[in-house]
Amino acid sequence: MISNVFKQGFFLAFVLAFLAGCTATDTMDDADDAAADRADERGVTTGTADRDRLRASEEDDAEALDNVIYFGFDQATLQPESRALLLAHAERLRNPGNNVSVRLEGHTDERGSREYNMALGERRANAVRDFLVLQGVSRDILEVISYGEERPAARGSNDSAWAQNRRVEIKY
Amino acid sequence: MKHIFVFVALLALSFTAQAQLTIEITQGVDDPTKIAVVPIQRTDGVALPEDISRIVMANLERSGLFDAIPRDNMLSFPRAENEIHFRDWRVLGTEYLLIGQVTENAGIYRVSYELFDVLGERRIMRRQVVEGSEGQLRSIAHNISDRIYETITGIRGAFDTQIIYVEVVRHDDGTDTFRLMRADADGARPVLLLESSEPILSPVWSPDGRRVAYVSFETNRPAVFVQNLATGEREQVTDFVGLNGAPAWSPDGRKLAVVLSKDGNPEIYTLELANKRLTRVTNHFAIDTEPSWTHDGKGIIFTSNRGGRPQIYQVDLASGRVERLTFQGNYNARGRLSPDGKSMVMVHQREGTFNIALQELDTGTLRLLTETQLDESPSVAPNGAMLIYSTRHRGRGVLAVVSLDAGTRYYLPSERGDVREPAWSPFFD
Repeated sequence: MISNVFKQGFFLAFVLAFLAGCTATDTMDDADDAAADRADERGVTTGTADRDRLRASEEDDAEALDNVIYFGFDQATLQPESRALLLAHAERLRNPGNNVSVRLEGHTDERGSREYNMALGERRANAVRDFLVLQGVSRDILEVISYGEERPAARGSNDSAWAQNRRVEIKY
Repeated sequence: MKHIFVFVALLALSFTAQAQLTIEITQGVDDPTKIAVVPIQRTDGVALPEDISRIVMANLERSGLFDAIPRDNMLSFPRAENEIHFRDWRVLGTEYLLIGQVTENAGIYRVSYELFDVLGERRIMRRQVVEGSEGQLRSIAHNISDRIYETITGIRGAFDTQIIYVEVVRHDDGTDTFRLMRADADGARPVLLLESSEPILSPVWSPDGRRVAYVSFETNRPAVFVQNLATGEREQVTDFVGLNGAPAWSPDGRKLAVVLSKDGNPEIYTLELANKRLTRVTNHFAIDTEPSWTHDGKGIIFTSNRGGRPQIYQVDLASGRVERLTFQGNYNARGRLSPDGKSMVMVHQREGTFNIALQELDTGTLRLLTETQLDESPSVAPNGAMLIYSTRHRGRGVLAVVSLDAGTRYYLPSERGDVREPAWSPFFD
């Protein structure tokens, strides 16, 4: 599978380099550089990341949205203060454009057992998904994945770190 | 999506990581048995590559039940019965005396040893002989420790067993390296089984000790894998939407209990490894996870928050009938039965701290075995005397061991990164 990823990356880089090379204008050097930059990135990313990057450039004009929703200990219910942010994401995702998919990554703090936390992280991500779907977002573009306590945002074993780690990240 | 690096170490490569777990004893029993382990050396005077008697001493002391006489205090180093002066050993308060010697021929080491009762001035174990290659000298020392421990305590020793665990190193750029490791029960001889830039968790031994199952995110989603320890060969056995986790081997080694949320909710299933036939076990809108089989293979204990908070339940596989096992406190999770089936160890929350607790199944009595803050993942040694778990110590994830009577404890800190999720092997026989 990994070798496939590499092949894909190199192939795309090759295609881009090829297109850039065919663009016989006085901006050719710049285009070459851009293609080379992308090729570097592609050496260590997969196809999906390519879509992320293309979309990110479209969104430069849009207001940057916070993309983390926080939860209470052993809780998977949305807190009232998350509502405004989720509505803004729902607004954006109701007309997502082509090929947009969003990953809802659920996380927990380090306390308690790991597999229970894996389930809890999924519950949190599901809560976000269900809210977005109720607001008219297509379920098909939302993918839920839980990392449990395996990917903390903040290090440390204290209330502040734990509060930052009980979260769902909305990843475009 | 990040690019994922996965590396499977074949045993043939014998990849040994530099980072080793080192032992730090923090508590032993009040009145340990005094034993003298006389240096076991080669009869021809050539130095051994491993100090067998020191490994034996360390093993016995780590059990908490023994106090080894320091080598410097010994008045003589007898190698045979006719060289023993029992009075010299009584003076030191020695109760038991272990002597032995080693011969080597064409790379095969032959270790013979005998155990004496100092007060009774008699041999209590007739001369034993163990043979092995240079690379097996540590195993020979563990094997000797097992025999001594069993002869004196009546309990089978578990020194010649292994552990698997997860080691995580976080890099400055925010990425992580996850490693599945295997080592001797004393933390020595660590061997890399799998390395990935994505999470690895929940490793468990097959009942025969030849395979391990674990969860890896290397496909960017959780999936359960089974890996053969001798060949390094591995198979992805689940690939469902949602959670794929918490593998647990059936006692006959033919099935895995797993947790899947493919039907919208975390439920426990059994998966027949030969034909991948899946059978749903639980059916509840709450979280059901962390399955572990009863020893007769007829039931599964698991964690569920169906009562509002996580508690441990048992389901009878034939009838589907579910019974709640824990009632003390509002967080009990990840239960594992002791080898004799009479008690269960688990993660228990008390006043904001998470500890390992043991519950007697017939009386329901609950005892805390640990008193640190973030204790998790208990795994009982196959002889039922000790359990290994993970906790945090000086800001790092470490493994720790505590006896099931809570009398003895020691840490196995790692030289690098955080270590966690230890699983103690079965006996290899």
